[in-house]
Amino acid sequence: MRPSTSELARLTAKAAGRRRALIQVLQDIQDRFHWLPPEALEHVAEALGVPLVQVYGVATFYKSFSLRPRGRHICTVCLGTACHVRGGGAVLEQFERRLGVAAGETTPDGAYTLERVNCLGACALAPLAVVDGHYYGQMTEAKVATVLAEAEKDERS
Amino acid sequence: MTAYRAHLLVCAGTGCVSCGSFDVRRALEEEIRRRGLAQEVLVVATGCNGFCERGPILLVQPDGVFYQRLKPADVPRLVEEHLIKGRPVKSLMYVPPNEREPVPLMKDIEFFKHQRLIVLRNRGRIDPEKIEDSIAYDGYAAAAKALAEMTPEGIIAEITAAGLRGRGGAGFPTGRKWDAARRAAGDTRYVVCNGDEGDPGAFMDRSVLEADPHAVIEGMIIGARAVGAAGGFLYIRNEYPLAVARIGKALEQARANGLLGKDILGTGFDFDLEVVRGAGAFVSGEETALLASIEGGRAYPRQRPPYPAERGLWGKPTVINNVETWANVPPIILRGSAWFAGIGTATSKGTKIFSLVGKISNTGLVEVPMGIPLREIVYGIGGGVPGGREFKAVQIGGPSGGCIPKSMLDLPIDYESLKTAGSMMGSGGMIVMDEDTCMVDIALYFERFAEEESCGKCAPCRVGTGAMARILARITAGEGTADDLDRLEALAATVKQGSLCGLGQTAPNPILTTLRYFRDEYEAHVFDKRCPALVCKALIAFAIDPETCVGCLLCKKACPVGAITGELKKVHTIDPQACIKCGICLKVCPAKIHAVRKTPAVAGAAGSPAASTRTVPPARTGGPR
Repeated sequence: MRPSTSELARLTAKAAGRRRALIQVLQDIQDRFHWLPPEALEHVAEALGVPLVQVYGVATFYKSFSLRPRGRHICTVCLGTACHVRGGGAVLEQFERRLGVAAGETTPDGAYTLERVNCLGACALAPLAVVDGHYYGQMTEAKVATVLAEAEKDERS
Repeated sequence: MTAYRAHLLVCAGTGCVSCGSFDVRRALEEEIRRRGLAQEVLVVATGCNGFCERGPILLVQPDGVFYQRLKPADVPRLVEEHLIKGRPVKSLMYVPPNEREPVPLMKDIEFFKHQRLIVLRNRGRIDPEKIEDSIAYDGYAAAAKALAEMTPEGIIAEITAAGLRGRGGAGFPTGRKWDAARRAAGDTRYVVCNGDEGDPGAFMDRSVLEADPHAVIEGMIIGARAVGAAGGFLYIRNEYPLAVARIGKALEQARANGLLGKDILGTGFDFDLEVVRGAGAFVSGEETALLASIEGGRAYPRQRPPYPAERGLWGKPTVINNVETWANVPPIILRGSAWFAGIGTATSKGTKIFSLVGKISNTGLVEVPMGIPLREIVYGIGGGVPGGREFKAVQIGGPSGGCIPKSMLDLPIDYESLKTAGSMMGSGGMIVMDEDTCMVDIALYFERFAEEESCGKCAPCRVGTGAMARILARITAGEGTADDLDRLEALAATVKQGSLCGLGQTAPNPILTTLRYFRDEYEAHVFDKRCPALVCKALIAFAIDPETCVGCLLCKKACPVGAITGELKKVHTIDPQACIKCGICLKVCPAKIHAVRKTPAVAGAAGSPAASTRTVPPARTGGPR
């Protein structure tokens, strides 16, 4: 989704001229578009009075920001230590096989982005996967297909 | 005010919510309305109880009956039996591992029985979204006392006398930190709450923020008064949306009640707080990096000294403590330093929250007095390792910590003892490992983590963590040499000494402790090309035992690469050339048949050493994603 200038103006309005609001503004934009389009970064630089290079510096430093469009569905597999020892790696591999992309990538049709995270702090549910905000605890390779089917169903309904 | 005859406390921590506790709550509310009990029974959503693995959890008060793993479908029966007929429902209660009889009362459950709650005192008993609940349990009474009756020096003296040390990992005395900030020159000062709980395997700070946000805010008000700060920040991880929402609501309520803002409680003291959401960088948990992040920049740490207490946010004196530390402050002020100092060991006072996770029967958050032996946590509270497997080690302190072996289970846990053992308190993650965990693989896991999360500012950490990870990857691929172990030790020493911040300085700990306590496992990988725990893919193989295979086709259907051949009721076989060692066949083979076996790889076979397979896709750091 490409942002309109008026929407960008709305999203940066309360931070105008405030350099320290940079991260928060980028988060608001990412929440809205699920990624940071280049024109948004330029708009932010101007609105906050921060050099564009610094905006890119911050946007590439933190892992929650994406400079590429992400899929309609976001699959996140936790690989925190608890998930790792309980087989989170095998769950991630099964997602990779099912979706045909490696972690960090988006399927060519733009439907799914597969991500891994270093800990969601829900270790009691390990291994854990989160699809479109739904937490799936005690994941197994076998459950991957079911979880993906649920995401498809939600989209159709 | 209505007096209810029963309170149904539904846990609404992240763990229980993900298991559907909101559905259970809705079902309870509906059923209670339907049964006409709305005037008698109140449903309350509380913060995390800590026994996350058993979620969704429901505590019925005043009876103290503990229900677990509830589903909305259980609700009509529960209401009918327990609340109308007065017969608690046994089948929904907790049954300890290897036992048959349920334990009805929360206070009798081993997981809860041995805990000592100071920070988590309000867990599971208050609605964290209602300031009235917090106030009913002495919330803000300590702030009132500190603001109205104590001098700033008096507050600092009390915290110092209590012996409170930073719960974020390093254990710096809190009173000394506050005193330094108070004495630092300048008019503007800040207090900051470090809620960037990045250690994988630790989630106590998230739980405290979710379950008792007012305790953290109150601690910060007291700290602000002590050091003379008019403003402060709560920096909370991006991955914790519920914590951000709850603390935001709590701040609004505190302002509305005159507990934040101008002239707090009529004492003339002005103070307010702002929430800053992190953006996903482990290094931002380092205090100077966190401050850089609040200022809106990249989370780069900087040289200390000067410490933030002297030069912090925007160059002003800043006290930065973590969530658990702040939440300890109100009880100390209210009950006195002597009470607090009476708990714990000579050098470590009070309690510590640990997240007990991994290969453990009772997973969850536990708060225990400092000095408690590790054995009591793992076996007494945690119920030991499930599935009849053998305990191997506990990894304590996340990527900065180390693995404590079985022989040290009687170690009393405090800051000093953990350091002597080569680990550290860290934020208190305790990951239990059993015989199926490979210690070299664990060391590799942590080094990859450190490499990925290194901010890149200093060379020892940026280059060193990657170099160590590559050596470990070689060893797990069966390509390690005898020199590699020496090289690892030398590199570890360099990274430890030469790194700028805590991330790099402690990154070698997982390697150093596993080398110290599990050297035999490294040697098995290097010299025998064997992974004793049968984890490292290059060193294992999967095979089907023709004697036991019944030809059920389950593994054949599940194999993602079609490496299994066989017909119904005929013995199946795995083609080792095609097998990717994902292990799915082993998991789908019915336990009572157990025909799929994991074995050491036969030297020279496909997929054995040299044909190294990567287990996790390479880390993505820096650059546009």
